[in-house]
Amino acid sequence: MAADPEADFGTPARHGAPVRLTIDGRAVTVPEGTSVMRAAALADAAIPKLCATDTLESFGSCRLCLVEIEGARGTPASCTTPVREGMVVATQTERLKKLRRGVMELYISDHPLDCLTCSANNDCELQDQAAAVGLRDVRYGYDGANHLDAPADVSNPYFDFDPAKCIVCSRCVRACDEVQGTFALTIDGRGFASKVSAGMPEDDFLNSECVSCGACVAACPTATLNEKAVAEIGTPQRAVVTTCAYCGVGCSFRAEMRGEEVVRMVPAKDGKANRGHSCVKGRFAYGYAHHGDRITTPMIRASTADPWRPVSWEEAFAYAASELQRIQATYGRQAVGGISSSRCTNEETFLVQKLVRAGFGNNNIDTCARVCHSPTGYGLKATFGTSAGTQDFDSVADADVILVIGANPTDGHPVFASRMKSRLRQGAKLIVIDPRRIDLVRTPHVEAAHHLPLQPGTNVALLTAMAHVIVTEGLADEAFVAARCDMDEYREWAAFVAEPRHSPEVLEAVTRVPAANVRAAARLYATGGNAAIYYGLGVTEHSQGSSTVMAIANLAMATGNIGRPGVGVNPLRGQNNVQGACDMGSFPHELSGYRHIAGAEGRRLFEGDWGVSLDPEPGLRIPNMLDAAVDGVFKGIYIQGEDILQSDPNTKHVLAGLKAMECVIVHDLFLNETANYAHVFFPGSTFLEKDGTFTNAERRIQRVRKVMSPLAGLADWEVTVGLANALGLQWSYGHPSEIMDEIARLTPTFAGVSYALLETEGSLQWPVTEAAPAGTPVMHADHFVRGKGKFVITDYVPTDEKTGPRYPLLLTTGRILSQYNVGAQTRRTRNTVWHEADVLEIHPFDAENRGLASGDWARLASRAGETSLRVLVTDRVAPGVVYTTFHHPETQANVVTTEHSDWATNCPEYKVTAVEVSPSNGPSDWQARYQAAADRARRIEPAEPAE
Amino acid sequence: MNTREHVVAMANQIARNFVVRDRASAAEATARHIREFWDPRMRALILEEARTDAPALSPEAKAAALIAADDRAATAGKP
Repeated sequence: MAADPEADFGTPARHGAPVRLTIDGRAVTVPEGTSVMRAAALADAAIPKLCATDTLESFGSCRLCLVEIEGARGTPASCTTPVREGMVVATQTERLKKLRRGVMELYISDHPLDCLTCSANNDCELQDQAAAVGLRDVRYGYDGANHLDAPADVSNPYFDFDPAKCIVCSRCVRACDEVQGTFALTIDGRGFASKVSAGMPEDDFLNSECVSCGACVAACPTATLNEKAVAEIGTPQRAVVTTCAYCGVGCSFRAEMRGEEVVRMVPAKDGKANRGHSCVKGRFAYGYAHHGDRITTPMIRASTADPWRPVSWEEAFAYAASELQRIQATYGRQAVGGISSSRCTNEETFLVQKLVRAGFGNNNIDTCARVCHSPTGYGLKATFGTSAGTQDFDSVADADVILVIGANPTDGHPVFASRMKSRLRQGAKLIVIDPRRIDLVRTPHVEAAHHLPLQPGTNVALLTAMAHVIVTEGLADEAFVAARCDMDEYREWAAFVAEPRHSPEVLEAVTRVPAANVRAAARLYATGGNAAIYYGLGVTEHSQGSSTVMAIANLAMATGNIGRPGVGVNPLRGQNNVQGACDMGSFPHELSGYRHIAGAEGRRLFEGDWGVSLDPEPGLRIPNMLDAAVDGVFKGIYIQGEDILQSDPNTKHVLAGLKAMECVIVHDLFLNETANYAHVFFPGSTFLEKDGTFTNAERRIQRVRKVMSPLAGLADWEVTVGLANALGLQWSYGHPSEIMDEIARLTPTFAGVSYALLETEGSLQWPVTEAAPAGTPVMHADHFVRGKGKFVITDYVPTDEKTGPRYPLLLTTGRILSQYNVGAQTRRTRNTVWHEADVLEIHPFDAENRGLASGDWARLASRAGETSLRVLVTDRVAPGVVYTTFHHPETQANVVTTEHSDWATNCPEYKVTAVEVSPSNGPSDWQARYQAAADRARRIEPAEPAE
Repeated sequence: MNTREHVVAMANQIARNFVVRDRASAAEATARHIREFWDPRMRALILEEARTDAPALSPEAKAAALIAADDRAATAGKP
């Protein structure tokens, strides 16, 4: 028996005044605008259907859902007929039965009769509906013209398209249009020749515009579009709702299982972050969980020159603990630290910071948010009073103007991008501020009103110029400011931005954006209705990342775009649990809930609960740890779920820091690049192998549920407990829910959170408190968390990273849809078919000057180092700017990036590196040497034969 | 870059970003930032640097390093 599918009411829900009608003699009340089909399904009188599904608007093509309505002529389609007050509907009459059987006969006469061997057997709506209408024979026979010999398209790595089974219901085409917004599919031909086509006739799915989001597969009522995994494994037996472990959108999925094997990941329709949608990563790229590179046994070695020695968990914990204790006895209490991961759960992250604070006795704890969104924490706390985005994702449906700055949602946050595109297709206006022409600038049925392609590193100048326009042209919402913000600070800020030196005309020399365009964009943002700002790492990963976040907050406050649906300041978090990792006290100066470690009241709360004294001094951030290691005073580190050697800037400096340490403990799924310099390896568990919670970019806390046993025997939280207990801490957690109870006890914004409440509510957006027991979708509704909103003066300070004759180009970095961060997961899936290697985008003008053509090898050199990679010549980047991704260790893009960082948080300035590009014959000598060293470092001693 | 070189660069950068807000209060604001976010060893290193001729430190950064060395109890509980 297959896993129970989610209920499908045929057409989407509506939210109108109540309408009363009668269906099959029963009184039904539904909102105005509801279809007769949905009303009937809600009244347990489901009407047969094929082309209708409640994730798509009604279409009315299959003619199976006919009904009779008193006083109405004919047999209207129930999917396209809205309810009316007093309507009397019959869903099952002799006339309807006959009509439906006739329609079904036609479908089945051109459909293979291979149900028993079909991959969708027992999971096929055509099969179900044939049974529902009582079809017993097909009068026309099966020998007429048909499509049964149409060849299947198996080009996509995750799903097949078999046109022989297609009923041309258009659900796939409509899903691609309405849900995903890519418009890759169409119905080619007319009448009997109609067929689903992925673009031009010569295109297959792989070569088409299809982004493999899976919306068409989910919508298909037959086996026409079906997961290859279902064909290989069989239909699932059970489904467990869990949360995706890729980006910060936090999509909710049904992990559909057979035994302990994942058959497929299906986006949950009631997932409040994704509303039933998915992207290629979350939907399909989970194969890394069983990749042959997984390490499933703990390993230790005295020297990184030695091969790894597999050991028991007990021996690994004992060895790691003894090394950390030896180091602290030799070099002092501050000589060790830890790094938590935004890929791990709240509970795991909380335990790592607790281990450092209560076990190591210092605050040398940091997290990978250091290198992405630490400026968001600083900037939003300074201006609004809390380190989080202001809205829920649903809010975008109420936006009239959407300003995207330093983010590429269609690649980095594709599911949210689809929701954004949906709103843009309805008429909302778009402003894009980005050096590169991202896809959103012009995509099917979406075109930005303004694209401001600024010079990398000039965000603050551009936002100040926009503020200048808003203030000097009288576009500020001073009534909002007077009611909600500190008016003296506003006046000071307004006077500052109004200075002539901040006009778009003067700053054009800095930003290189025509002043008229800046003025037009500022006017639109200030006067276009509800205006929402969405931003990403193109804001934070700069020397003025924190200033840019505050400049964004200033704009939102000055125009009154805070505190209601449709507006706000929304950081798009890169990893699944960036928000949660920050919330959980992963920064070296803060306990969970963003309370400073120097604050006696907060510290006493933790000391009382944990039974230890806490160090009141801030600890070291990641770059400070590496500096201290190079100095010879920092000697040991526990790194959970982060590959700092690949992801952090200036690889050679990271390498020097790691080499200077005496005990590096890496806790990860794979022998990552950092593990090449590690002495202890704890094998990690994937999100499929453990319980816990993630908190997404909209502060939504969602359950992660274990669907299979951890391959290494322990979930990640149990590993940290094991290390803590080897250090003598005597932790006794039996389940992650107990860790969440502790978090709730110690963290005011999580005070009302429990696993029991998450079970009943599905998810909760913090703060969850006595005042807001069901959570808080939109923050700062009546007042800012800090009381009055704070305007902070943010002037442009140029980065120290300068172009010049030796390094005349600016390198900026980013992500691609099919890969995720350092690629540890996605490189070990079939996603590599779309992106086998990082490439360098360069403008045709710069390429021609250097004698480079697409596909050529090029040397990319900066003051920090050099690497080689292939070139793609494109005008997506402006002259003087080059761009690459950082998904592949062979490229080592961070060999080139520098140690420049955000002034307030040390978030690396990944987005601005002065470089030169020149022709090359292939990988650099450094790349070749690095690969050889990595191969040596990954040697594992053969296991001893059993006695 | 070792820690000493790094803290000098960081202090200058922090001070530069506070100077653009208000030069008069930049040293105090920089000192508050250093006390709030830097570990004691980094603070000790910048103080050592400030007590030398400190040619690499801007005037505001140098003043901030000296202010930050004052009684840190003044900032206990903040923010």
